[in-house]
Amino acid sequence: MTTEHRAPGGGTIEDIVAVPDNEVALESLSQWQLARRRFRKHRLALIGLFIFGFMVFLAVFGPLIVPFNPMFLPGAIKAGGDQPSLAHLFGTDANGRDVFAMTINGARISVAVGLFSMIIAGVAGVTVGAVAGYFGGWVDNVLMRVVDVLFAIPFLFIILVSSRFFGKGDVLSLVLIFGLLSWPLIARLVRASFLSLREADFVDAARAVGVGDRRIAFRHILPNALGPVIVAMTLLMASNIVLESFVSFLNFGISETQISWGNALANAQGALSFGDWWWAFFPGMAIALTVIAVNFVGDGLRDALDPRSRE
Amino acid sequence: MTQGGTTQPMEPSTAAPTSSGEPLVVVQDLVKYYPIFSGLFKRHIGDVRAVDGVSFVINKGEVFGLVGESGCGKSTLGRTLLRLLPQTSGSATISGEDIFAKRGKDLKQLRRRMQIIFQDPVGSLNPRMPVSDIIGEGLLAQADGTNQWKNRKTRDERVGEYLEVVGLRRDYARRYPHEFSGGQRQRIGIARALALSPDFVVCDEPVSALDVSIQSQILNLLLDLRREFGLTYLFIAHNLSVVQYISDRVGVMYLGKIAEMAPVERLYADPRHPYTVALLSAIPDADPRRRKRRLVLKGDVPSPANPPSGCRFHTRCWLRTQLGDPEICSTEEPALRDLGGEQFTACHFAERINPELIKVAAAGQSLVDTSDASDDAEPVSAAAPSA
Repeated sequence: MTTEHRAPGGGTIEDIVAVPDNEVALESLSQWQLARRRFRKHRLALIGLFIFGFMVFLAVFGPLIVPFNPMFLPGAIKAGGDQPSLAHLFGTDANGRDVFAMTINGARISVAVGLFSMIIAGVAGVTVGAVAGYFGGWVDNVLMRVVDVLFAIPFLFIILVSSRFFGKGDVLSLVLIFGLLSWPLIARLVRASFLSLREADFVDAARAVGVGDRRIAFRHILPNALGPVIVAMTLLMASNIVLESFVSFLNFGISETQISWGNALANAQGALSFGDWWWAFFPGMAIALTVIAVNFVGDGLRDALDPRSRE
Repeated sequence: MTQGGTTQPMEPSTAAPTSSGEPLVVVQDLVKYYPIFSGLFKRHIGDVRAVDGVSFVINKGEVFGLVGESGCGKSTLGRTLLRLLPQTSGSATISGEDIFAKRGKDLKQLRRRMQIIFQDPVGSLNPRMPVSDIIGEGLLAQADGTNQWKNRKTRDERVGEYLEVVGLRRDYARRYPHEFSGGQRQRIGIARALALSPDFVVCDEPVSALDVSIQSQILNLLLDLRREFGLTYLFIAHNLSVVQYISDRVGVMYLGKIAEMAPVERLYADPRHPYTVALLSAIPDADPRRRKRRLVLKGDVPSPANPPSGCRFHTRCWLRTQLGDPEICSTEEPALRDLGGEQFTACHFAERINPELIKVAAAGQSLVDTSDASDDAEPVSAAAPSA
């Protein structure tokens, strides 16, 4: 990949820009290629992407590789479980279940909840925020009051009520609720950026040459508003993964018949006080690693999409 | 100045501010208010009268300079003319076509004819677009059956041409705005404005954000381009030297109204509005040894949300002080009067201004403090009872 976009002579992108006479090299670099190139220069983002990719891989294939049934208690029920050993890399819990298998299988629900709730929040938040900020006036007023109302409703209350309503352990409803409850944050961010950017001279310039509303909103304003939004979305995904574990911990999220990282943590409730650190440590580490990885990716994305950033 | 005819004095014309030459843009009683809302229910409690009844004509091929302090409404005027801000009332035409009546497709068509060059070379270029898109965007937006602009190659070709026209290299098209200096960015902004082959360009303080050494380059480029493409400029600025250099005719704005309007040589040689006189006396002199008496205006510009009654300038007017505060200044709004030679002035006492009086006023206001200034002025005001 890398060599394809190199200038003849193996220069970096800086060399290409500095030697604009090289039409051939310039022709081969689109905006996206430049962005990809900048992303690849971002070491932490690459590490983050690798870790996150691994988590997604576990989410998809983990259960096939290391099967685990939370309802199956393989015997050897023993208070405190077993310490990590060669037989059980991450130890076992009081019911004799393998923590390693729990951690790997928990990825599916945790990653799905985080990823899909982020996508829902992102799409809804960007759309609502862009419309409110671009058009302003009564449209803005109505949309922002809806946002205010959503902010005012206690998060937990909705989750508790809906978990009774939809039935506990419905992952899809959890994703929907998380997504629908977290878009207002994105919407406010996007709206604020739109409000200031729509006054920018380059927007006026675009209008002066006859560019339409939609293109101005999506080609001129949105790309310039995206930096903080991307960071906010990665933070949101991280916090939704944590939230899922929290809700499951309170027994309102995923049922005991399923396994997620949050569920595994809930299962470790009280274990720490007996010194059985491994029950909580490994699922907790999985959550922390994913969250950090996603944040790094967000950081890298923000920088890569900004043509002003230096490598 | 190079344009013949427009700057030469004509026979005394009629009351409407006109001038010789073929009119391209005609503005009649243009008004732009920004409403002020307040309270929970967003009650309309007033207006900021940014532009408050402005009329003028810009002739084909001419540079019409518009000067005034910050906040006097000159930029608002330019943007309202280009349909970037909705007008409150009044009319404006370009080659007889009503600018404010256009909608949809017609408006888009009209936009090809009038373009804008911005003050801020950083804020006026989208940082996330390469130069080729910045300049080519108008072409893409205006692509239709009569041109080949839908085609990327045709567009890029034209972008390259215009880059060369403004003195940049063709291959800069691939670069992003942050890779250029202020002067280069301003050239890109100019190329964008010209790519649609407009007739009329609003230059909204195009050099005030630039280095002095770059300013002259850009000014000369603008003059060259006018000659090459037969452009007509509305040149907005607050730097009087710049306006003097580039303009054929000049309008002086104060608080949303035109105070004075005249061919450039005439305005600078024989200003007839006390505000113009004060502005001109504020031009810095290149020779530091020469001590110049300035006519320093007291106080700030009044709020355009609540402009003074009568003549808007009367609260700060040195001439009024010299004349012993005639009542008419605060009760009756002066109309833009034709003083002959294409000079129009909105002052009740325009004829009273002479070099002697200016000298007295400047001395009175800069040597002694204000309480003494009126004593000094006594003989003058006594000798000149109100007309």
